[in-house]
Amino acid sequence: MTSTPPPQPPALVADGLRKSYGDKLVLDSIDLTVPPGTVFALLGPNGAGKTTAVEILSTLISPDAGTARILGHDLATEPDAVRARIGVTGQFSAIDGLLTAEENLLLMADLVHLDREEGRRRATDLLARFDLTDVAKNRAATFSGGMKRRLDLAMTLIGDPQLIFLDEPTTGLDPRSRRAVWDIVRELVADGVTIFLTTQYLEEADQLADTIAVLDHGTLVAQGTSAELKRLVPTGHVEVTLTGGETRRLPYGGDVRSLRTILDELDAADEQVADLAIHTPDLDDVFLALTGDPRPTEAAR
Amino acid sequence: MSTTTAPVNRPQIVRDSMTMLRRNLLHSWRYPGMSAWGILQPVLFLVLFGVVFGEAFGAGVGTGGRSAYITYITPAILAMTISIGSMMTAVSVASDMTEGVIARFRTMAIARSSVLTGHVLGSLILNVISLVLVLGFAFVIGYRADGGAAGVLGALGLLIVVAYALTWLGVALGLSSKTVEGASNVILPVMLLPFFGSGFVPVETMPSGIRWFAEYQPFTPIIETVRALLEGTGVDGSQLLLALGWTVLIGVGGYVWSRALYRRDAVRR
Repeated sequence: MTSTPPPQPPALVADGLRKSYGDKLVLDSIDLTVPPGTVFALLGPNGAGKTTAVEILSTLISPDAGTARILGHDLATEPDAVRARIGVTGQFSAIDGLLTAEENLLLMADLVHLDREEGRRRATDLLARFDLTDVAKNRAATFSGGMKRRLDLAMTLIGDPQLIFLDEPTTGLDPRSRRAVWDIVRELVADGVTIFLTTQYLEEADQLADTIAVLDHGTLVAQGTSAELKRLVPTGHVEVTLTGGETRRLPYGGDVRSLRTILDELDAADEQVADLAIHTPDLDDVFLALTGDPRPTEAAR
Repeated sequence: MSTTTAPVNRPQIVRDSMTMLRRNLLHSWRYPGMSAWGILQPVLFLVLFGVVFGEAFGAGVGTGGRSAYITYITPAILAMTISIGSMMTAVSVASDMTEGVIARFRTMAIARSSVLTGHVLGSLILNVISLVLVLGFAFVIGYRADGGAAGVLGALGLLIVVAYALTWLGVALGLSSKTVEGASNVILPVMLLPFFGSGFVPVETMPSGIRWFAEYQPFTPIIETVRALLEGTGVDGSQLLLALGWTVLIGVGGYVWSRALYRRDAVRR
């Protein structure tokens, strides 16, 4: 007999977060709920307000209105309790470039008040885990983008945070480093850590996230699982190129029967097909349908 | 989930400040260029004015002779040492604020003030080292303090208190600078202040406008008091009061300004 575990309180609940800079409204009444031990992705183009949301939730700045509870603690009244339980890896490396990788980790160990021995042990472990042992004695300023990001993550992890904010963790990284970061995120979640991720890459949200919230111009335009969001764009389509060079876009129901119908109809009309491509809906379609913007990721990549 | 059972990290002001101090000393140790320059500059002025121009200037000022002139300007050279040392904090704070790691510190459960306290304590230690080295060099080229050990200790004590106050001003100037270059511009005016005071020539010899400024600017009473302590000629109470008044004003002003700036700039872009 299996017993269902008792429902756990959300790792993060935000209610009506609002922030403006001058007369520019950056976040307009955002509500978010992140279940513990899951990956939550805040997806949006540049300037959508993702970083502002992370800055508010990680206690860097205060919202103009709204409240949030993180791991059971109120953001406004117990910021230090929140800080003690979260980790933040921002878009720009939060490392001390003048120190070595090892010194950076030992600095963090001191700041989370580990005793000397435990700090050394954890620093050594993290250097190994993030493939930085060979460069432990090198200054962080000399590191490549991918190495800096790994060191940054290692520094975030030294305090054993229960909720980690990753603000565009793979922006500017090459594909290999990006996959390395993805693997780390998956390992962390397997260990029970909750991840709050922002990204402008649809693929990244699709790959990693349990829940995706789409942010556009400071407003949440959709929230749900990847599959739920894909359902918002009803069907995909089939693109056929005829021998004459004509291209047709035909609605497609997503199954074999629907595909056969399309082919039968083409046969019946005596059309010669030169090429055929099936397009299932992906997050690109969702994003396009929801925000009306052309794919924001292409320009950024 | 161990939300309720995990030991909770709380800010620890002394421990966090010491960690930040270690960080700043490590920076200085690894990049000693700026600190070395902070010692070399006053030594250079001492050589230039004391050794090279000393004979002529001493005659002109009426102290007579090179070694007497060296004795006359050493208090100003010491004041210059701490003004350079303290203002260099503006540069290191400004460059620190461009580092992403500062944003990380703000999201950690550490004492808010520890970042700035670390800078101030680090600067103070470097100032003490610079003072001792510069004064040591002055002794090597012929400086003699008639006030004896007590006078030297008293003078160094006062200078260290002044350095502490000036360092808070340096922190505020560093925080208010948009760029590191902007911050480095504050060093020169403060470094030159002893020249527009009683540091190198008696203020009585200056034109009236500059003389008025020279008599009331902070470095004149500080230099006069240091000079009296080093030479054992008896401290003028009003000069001491003026020196301490300026020190408190600069220190409190710099501290309050720094605090306000550090709180405001939660996120720098």
